[in-house]
Amino acid sequence: MPANKAPRGSLINDPAARAIFFQILVLGGVLLLGWYLVSNVMENLARQNIATGFSFLDREASFAIGESMIAYSPANSYSQALLVGFLNTIKVAVLGIILATVLGTIIGIARLSSNFLVAKLASAYVEVIRNIPVLLQLFFWYAVIGESLPGPREALNPLPGVFLSNRGMRVPALGDDPIWVWVGVAFLVAVVAVWFVARWARKRQEATGQQFHTVLASIGILVALPLLAWLLGGAPTALDIPALQGFNFRGGTSVSPEFAALLLGLVVYTASFIAEIVRSGIRSVNWGQTEAASALGLHRGTVLRLVVLPQALRIIVPPTTSQYLNLTKNSSLAVAIGYPDLVSVANTTLNQTGQAIEAVSIMMAVYLTISLGISLFMNWYNKRIALVER
Amino acid sequence: MKTKIIAAIGTALAIAFGGGAASAGPTLNAVKQKGFVQCGVNTGLPGFSNPDSQGNWTGLDVDVCRAVAAAIFGDAKAVRFTPLSAQQRFTALQSGEIDILSRNTTWTLTRDTSLGLNFAPTTFYDGQGFMVPKALGVKSATELNGATVCVQPGTTTELNLADYFRAKGMQFNPVVIESFDEVNAAFFAGRCDVYTTDASGMASIRSTLAANPDDYIILPELISKEPLGPAVRHGDDEFFDIVKWAVYASIEAEEKGISSANVDEMVKSQDPTVQRLLGSNPGMGQALGLDEKWAYNIVKLVGNYGEIFERNVGVKTSLKLERGPNGLWTNGGLMYAPPIR
Repeated sequence: MPANKAPRGSLINDPAARAIFFQILVLGGVLLLGWYLVSNVMENLARQNIATGFSFLDREASFAIGESMIAYSPANSYSQALLVGFLNTIKVAVLGIILATVLGTIIGIARLSSNFLVAKLASAYVEVIRNIPVLLQLFFWYAVIGESLPGPREALNPLPGVFLSNRGMRVPALGDDPIWVWVGVAFLVAVVAVWFVARWARKRQEATGQQFHTVLASIGILVALPLLAWLLGGAPTALDIPALQGFNFRGGTSVSPEFAALLLGLVVYTASFIAEIVRSGIRSVNWGQTEAASALGLHRGTVLRLVVLPQALRIIVPPTTSQYLNLTKNSSLAVAIGYPDLVSVANTTLNQTGQAIEAVSIMMAVYLTISLGISLFMNWYNKRIALVER
Repeated sequence: MKTKIIAAIGTALAIAFGGGAASAGPTLNAVKQKGFVQCGVNTGLPGFSNPDSQGNWTGLDVDVCRAVAAAIFGDAKAVRFTPLSAQQRFTALQSGEIDILSRNTTWTLTRDTSLGLNFAPTTFYDGQGFMVPKALGVKSATELNGATVCVQPGTTTELNLADYFRAKGMQFNPVVIESFDEVNAAFFAGRCDVYTTDASGMASIRSTLAANPDDYIILPELISKEPLGPAVRHGDDEFFDIVKWAVYASIEAEEKGISSANVDEMVKSQDPTVQRLLGSNPGMGQALGLDEKWAYNIVKLVGNYGEIFERNVGVKTSLKLERGPNGLWTNGGLMYAPPIR
């Protein structure tokens, strides 16, 4: 670092130069430590003749995975197996985040209810659930599902075609017909149309003051377009109905007990935290705001939507982001109750290949990526809803 | 579980920070210096490694470690045990946290090579089997198409299961649960049609955990070879030799009819093979870098292979296992020690 050997007296007393000097020193130290660790690892592994590198990813995994969103068989590679685990993690995280937000918001608002019973029940929920470790809750839900439901041969049949047993829930699936793809497309088109209608209605209200029944119109569009596509396609009614065959049900789609227990556990647990965040967010908005809005003649729903929530969300969004991250990371507890998430698959990979450092790095990199993705999205959303102060 | 991953990271860190001492240098010197053998065992598998009510470890895998300690120190108690999960075991050995891995570990080619292990002789020949509720009416593993199978992860069991169904062109749905207690609970709650693990373990699970053991049957097929034995790190031949011959000495002792009860008599034997084994005719101990009494100590303090087997897993224990393939070769089994000369 020749810059630091410059003439005495001038640079050495310059705070900026000193700051840069120490930063370079620290950075250099960190890099040196990192280099030492990596080279030490490589040397130790090489001396013990332990395989290193990521070439194992292309080898045949030869273990089976219980549930998968994509085609997978033991003949596929380790990378495909890890992808299956990754998608399973994403599935439970996304559904968990959505459901925990809904449940948490309901309970948070319920705690503020003027109804004594509702408010106390919500308080009890929060205090009980958030004070029990989530792993125990997962064991609890898994045991409840496993012990309380009958075997597949005595499955409960609450609705025609729906079977509940300790193997999970089986529901009829849509038959194999190309028209279902077009129904899906029609639904997407409807979503876009709804967005435009809402925008048009808002502009018109701003311009003329006339209100438009956006909600009713949206529901109409969302139902009508896919229905139209279905009718045009000849209105196929064939369903893939599950039936008991051999050991288990075949056909239809299923929700496994492991997935149900994990989702339930994570949602119930995280919702208790989100409820508190929602409550604190709403409480942070001065009661005077609500009164003023009511005095202007807005009804209660509109007060909440237009006056309270925009201010409350500023408080709610940042800590909720942390809860989303917690939920995603807690989903790795799936391994305890047998849901094949990323950690479960990576654990098996680790054990079959013996390449602990590589497998653990993959897990860490994936969770880091998911978490940073959630953070980025939530930061973007937070900026969007932030009050514009003039 | 999270703790397992933390442990895996911990051992990974141990590899990262640990200098050469843990991995390279002669293990025997390190072991002699600290005064005990650090032995990795199962967290709890009756008959193989299980702490008793006083916290003393017992079992066949445990006795293998005791035999090594007896050979090195003349003291079967000079062992410390590290209970390990299936996930942790290899990293623990690789990183030098333990000296011997004696944890019902199946000897396979990849483990012997790319994992950097050396397997000492097999101490228990096992095979993987299936257990089903009698009510299903299944008589053979070939009827299991479409079944849901409970299995523990991180073992060869998981791979054998997939291989077997693929080879037979059958479908199955695995339920993979890491915790031993949870996977048992899931099976007995009816989550799965089939439970698969090593046949030796299955008998004890059925007898100890089933509400009524007669409601479950173990199918006749064994779908894999599971030679279980102790493993050490690659690259330290001296220590590998000691572990290897400690096992062979116990087998040889049984073949020669030397037991912990009569070993003091047998020292005076006129049979030259017995004399060489027990050190009354010296040379073998020196070749291994041990005391000449190494094999005497194994037999005196731990017992011969037959005693170890009968004490831990034999017909008089809760596992009620016959010798079968684990008998001496002279009795039609697979236990065969090369000449000690």
